[in-house]
Amino acid sequence: MKRLMIGNEAIARGAYEAGATVATAYPGTPSTEIVTKFSTYDNVYAEWAPNEKVALEVAAGASIGGARTLVTMKHVGVNVAADPLYTFSYTGVNGGLVIVSADDPGMHSSQNEQDNRGYGKFAKLPVIEPSDSLEAKDFTKLAFDISEKFDTPVMLRITTRLAHSQTLVEEGECLELGIKDYKKDAPKYVMLPGYARGRHVEVEKRMLGLKEFAETTDLNRIEWGDKSLGIITSGVVYQYVKEVLPHVSVLKLGMVNPLPEKLIRSFAQEVDKLIVIEELEPVIEDQIKAWGIKVEGKEHFSLIGEYSPELIEERIAGIQLNPGYGLDKQIPGRPPLMCPGCPHRGVFYTLRKMKLTVMGDIGCYTLGALSPLEGMDACICMGASIGTALGMEKARGEEFAGKLVAVIGDSTFVHSGITALIDVVYNQGTSTVLILDNDTTAMTGHQDHPATGVTITRQETRKLDIEAMVRAIGINNIRVVDPLNLKELETALKEELGRREPSVIIAKRPCALLHKTPIKERFYVDEEKCKGCKLCLKVGCTGIYFIDDDKKAAINPNTCVSCGLCPQVCTFDAIKVVEG
Amino acid sequence: MQSQTTNIMIVGVGGQGTLLTSRIIAKVAVDMGHDVKVSEIHGMAQRGGSVVSQVRFGEKIYSPIIKKGDADIILAFEKLEAARWLDYLKKDGMILINNARVDPLPVMSGKAKYPEDIVDKIKQHVAKTREVNATDIAVACGNARAANVALVGVLSWAIGIPADKVENAIKELVPAKALDINLRAFNEGYKLFS
Ligand SMILES: Cc1ncc(C[n+]2csc(CCOP(=O)(O)OP(=O)(O)O)c2C)c(N)n1
Repeated sequence: MKRLMIGNEAIARGAYEAGATVATAYPGTPSTEIVTKFSTYDNVYAEWAPNEKVALEVAAGASIGGARTLVTMKHVGVNVAADPLYTFSYTGVNGGLVIVSADDPGMHSSQNEQDNRGYGKFAKLPVIEPSDSLEAKDFTKLAFDISEKFDTPVMLRITTRLAHSQTLVEEGECLELGIKDYKKDAPKYVMLPGYARGRHVEVEKRMLGLKEFAETTDLNRIEWGDKSLGIITSGVVYQYVKEVLPHVSVLKLGMVNPLPEKLIRSFAQEVDKLIVIEELEPVIEDQIKAWGIKVEGKEHFSLIGEYSPELIEERIAGIQLNPGYGLDKQIPGRPPLMCPGCPHRGVFYTLRKMKLTVMGDIGCYTLGALSPLEGMDACICMGASIGTALGMEKARGEEFAGKLVAVIGDSTFVHSGITALIDVVYNQGTSTVLILDNDTTAMTGHQDHPATGVTITRQETRKLDIEAMVRAIGINNIRVVDPLNLKELETALKEELGRREPSVIIAKRPCALLHKTPIKERFYVDEEKCKGCKLCLKVGCTGIYFIDDDKKAAINPNTCVSCGLCPQVCTFDAIKVVEG
Repeated sequence: MQSQTTNIMIVGVGGQGTLLTSRIIAKVAVDMGHDVKVSEIHGMAQRGGSVVSQVRFGEKIYSPIIKKGDADIILAFEKLEAARWLDYLKKDGMILINNARVDPLPVMSGKAKYPEDIVDKIKQHVAKTREVNATDIAVACGNARAANVALVGVLSWAIGIPADKVENAIKELVPAKALDINLRAFNEGYKLFS
């Protein structure tokens, strides 16, 4: 029976049907659902790793140990895992290994829109790209075969649109492969120079073999139509092309590295004009140009953002973009914001109020950078807050450090904040680091991590004690505060910033969306006392708003969860508990 | 091929229950033997941002997303979102607007004004505009939280799919203990304009 599945579920299913028994990942939109889904299957091992590098290493070990293994991450996660990736490419696999890179053209939920097809070329990997959920499942299965046949990790590259679109998939039987034999083979798996030189030769041979394979595999196919125009495309963009240009000839690439030179040449010869349509980087186009084939591409399309069917229609068929209804209204934007009751809100309110310089990090709390909280100065990548704060301090001096904090979430701290904190101690920084411990990885949909003490399958495990670890690193000043208690938080910040020693403040309170409890007390705004100063609006919560006509604030009972933050902000005591 | 395709867009604010609606409609379309594609964006959008899901069904569907100006029906869970996505509606398309207002941050903080007469403005441009008070329907049926299923009713009527087929999908996708109220809300929604 056919069933609708998001691309991510289809990949999990494909791995399962291919006989994969190990899957590992660090969460990251739009990849997260793959391993979550895989963990629900029988007789498999699935885990959340603390970061992508560890995930890939666990996967490499499982593969060397003989299991078919899946490892998934968002595009920037591959940067974290790049070190093992480049060298695991040399060793090759035992059990097949597929690494999913979930790219995010348009940056629906990412800090950049890098194109990870580039990794294929530089790490010498085959890269496979499906265009809908059915292909996602089938190509995943094929990827395991390719991995074992060519002794290489295989990258399955997807984009947000594929990951989160549902299309019909037929479930198939599962292969009962069992586990392959493991035989010690140091020249293959121990990458010291003497052995690695030999492996590099194998890698180049393998790439030649893969090039041959690319010419004949069903992953690449030509759909002949009108030969006045030939389009080369891949991924979900193929679906857009079929939608708006049903009559042209299409070379659909399911394997985007290495590219099939002969197939592309013969396609080019048959059509009058050749255009490559690919989101982000001209990966395919540049290669075709390097072969001296006449081709167009990025002169029609941008390097920036996600494509759409209408964009392709406009650029290729010359059909004007739909002008729309011309509604003459200013429509206010609707940026994402912290949930009512979010423990992060008060932290950023306080940081802003204290006029601190804030080196931020990635998670729900990054929303603290937006209006009206505006409590963040920089945010680069996961784990960067602590290192950037130390760098800022070393550049501007200790006095500046008295007004400087790093802010990092619990999952992010475990992911890549720990080593930077070691640097702070080692090189005698005086930074104050705020760890926002909300007991989950909230941003990506509430995954557990080492410091929650629960595994992906909801088993209890040894909980990482952040406080004890921070102490072991050599931090002597550690405080645990409730981020919804603004006085306590502010006092802690003042005292720790005043010290010429490094400090860690752990702001501990579970995410408001976890363990929801019934609301015990309700708040209201006392109209007598409210002066209409709008200070309470500075917390940026959907639970409180302003009535222009009355010039008074008011609580929205539908959204307010009575976290008690805004009463602490009000200087006129106007926000009160409803009696009785 | 294009003419047989039905394009439905469901827009709202993160947390309003748009996802359940698109899943129910998609399930019905699958049960009816269509090719179906659904697109939803997860991630940042869930934190109270603007959300959109798209359902396309017909004989053969390629793109999971609808072209601007190609939606047959837009169901808006919130008025401002109706205006935001209006340009995706076909020239003779229908827009169903839930009479709910959720102020976005720029409005709450006084940096922007909520356009009060937004539905009237839309009516001036779109003949087939229908307003729904889904919360009232749901409350009358026993629970305000069934509002999104009341909207499933209105949408099913607008698409022209048989009520019993949708009821089956609701039975599969809605938790059993809330089923009675939800089925009532669905039927009230379905009858509203028929
Ligand atoms: C290298 C990398 N991996 C994954 C992500 C996706 N991601 C963004 S924030 C985040 C973690 C958020 O958890 P936490 O630090 O606990 O903050 P919270 O969202 O719970 O407030 C993840 C996994 C990313 N941006 N970069």
